Amino acid sequence: MQTSTINIETIRRDFPILQRKVHNNKPLVYFDNAATTQKPIQVIDSIHNYYLNYNSNIHRAVHQLAEEATAAYELTRDKVAKFINAKNREELIFVRGTTEAINLIAYSWGRQNVQKDDIVVTTEYEHHSNIVPWQLLTKEKEAKLEYIGVDDNGELILDQLDDYLNTGRVKLVTFSHVSNVLGTITNAEEIIRQCHKKGVKVLVDAAQSVPHMKVDVQKLDCDFFAFSAHKMLGPTGVGVLWARKEILENMQPFNGGGDMIREVHKYETTWNDLPYKFEAGTPNIADVIGFSAALDYLENIGMDKVREHEIELTEYALEKMSAIKGIKLYGTSDMKKRGGVISFNLGDIHPHDLATIIDEDGVAIRSGHHCAQVLMERLDVSATSRASFYIYNTKEEVDVFIRSLNRARELFRI
Amino acid sequence: MSSADIYREIILDYYRNPRNYGKIDNPDISKRDSNPLCGDELEMHINLKDNKVSDVKFTGKGCAISQASASMLTELIMGKDFEYVKKLTKEEILENLGLPDLGPARIKCALLSLKVLKYGIYSYVAEKLNDAASADKIKEEASGLF
Repeated sequence: MQTSTINIETIRRDFPILQRKVHNNKPLVYFDNAATTQKPIQVIDSIHNYYLNYNSNIHRAVHQLAEEATAAYELTRDKVAKFINAKNREELIFVRGTTEAINLIAYSWGRQNVQKDDIVVTTEYEHHSNIVPWQLLTKEKEAKLEYIGVDDNGELILDQLDDYLNTGRVKLVTFSHVSNVLGTITNAEEIIRQCHKKGVKVLVDAAQSVPHMKVDVQKLDCDFFAFSAHKMLGPTGVGVLWARKEILENMQPFNGGGDMIREVHKYETTWNDLPYKFEAGTPNIADVIGFSAALDYLENIGMDKVREHEIELTEYALEKMSAIKGIKLYGTSDMKKRGGVISFNLGDIHPHDLATIIDEDGVAIRSGHHCAQVLMERLDVSATSRASFYIYNTKEEVDVFIRSLNRARELFRI
Repeated sequence: MSSADIYREIILDYYRNPRNYGKIDNPDISKRDSNPLCGDELEMHINLKDNKVSDVKFTGKGCAISQASASMLTELIMGKDFEYVKKLTKEEILENLGLPDLGPARIKCALLSLKVLKYGIYSYVAEKLNDAASADKIKEEASGLF
């Protein structure tokens, strides 16, 4: 099939896993993309090729394999810089994932800059990875953690930000660019503009935005920015932290060890240049190189087309789902403000029971609190079911999903 | 097991109309636990008299399997000898639920109630009966469930 934007049949052929069958020969319908996406053969081949042909440690050795591996690893950094339009490649640090990136900021920048009675502001729709590091920091520093609330439409109540900023004690505002539960696209530029007027730094958790839409860090004008490779066709174990060069230069290292040093003496060490100052130890070379192939793959399709395709699928799914008796859909219906994520509940079926039932039909969705228990409390539910789409999903798969939801509804006699 | 086998009328009935739902004031045994992976929560209260379960109640939230399992467990142990309750096995619980072949993804839901029960008994035996040896054995059984 083909939507107006991309040729899905061609794309699907690049994903061998989409050919597999589950539960008595049912075709796999993979709708758990907000958790992790599948990988195209180009990414798998790239990692395979590295181990087969030029596996080597990087940056130090002078032999040919090391040169090739170093070049491939550093080429990924250049591609990432281009992908998010970073001004300098030195501003990009490879980490394990978004979680590690946020922890790095909290430990390194946070410890230096957040003091007693200062305020860190996050939001009610954060993933635990953008809450817990700030709880650890603010408890240690006797600082305060405050939350921007979420309204009934699933959007942030930005008036609350003003109140916090007016205290003059806010050091950092941190938020998800796109909510992993509600799919809400945060009005990031507005928040950043307000924060910068008061000299407050801003961290954008872009784990659910960079994979799905064109994002330009210079246009956003934030201070810290983090995302994960595995949510955008890349391998697990690779994430990117971007931060302004002048901020990184003034930050203390996070991990100490090899590669992050210039000179080590018995009692004193000088730091390596950016970005190596923050990349201690042998990094995840193979998967960073694999990530390069994922970036190429997305660039070839074009991020605007990725976004268009997801809007089309999400609108289609929302329309079909809203006709199901007993369904409760969360989040805004305004697709300008929404990514390809749909959280819902069906009657009194617990999300785990629902996920078990539709898994039998080959449909893989997520159920539970989605690492967002603060938001679950706000929505007054213990859990939700979540379907999330990517470039290889089709309207026919949405139809299978809808039929399966109706089967669950009948099984529970709703 | 297919979901048509799991979500039989009786499971849905216990999910929607749980028996022995509620709390006991100052119970002899009180335990709360949750499954961190899915967030299912369960709290169980038990009173003992003449070495028998004289009352048992539970509260909780979670999926149909976990809540039906808890409710059926309370019915199973009501009025029974404490010795019998101490020795309950996971096979007996699954049999009682009518779900003997539940897959690995959902077996934790079915066994959360037994886990809460065993940890509750452990605390009771250790703290109120001061029987460290039997307490340790029960604790081992509880932690070995999943």
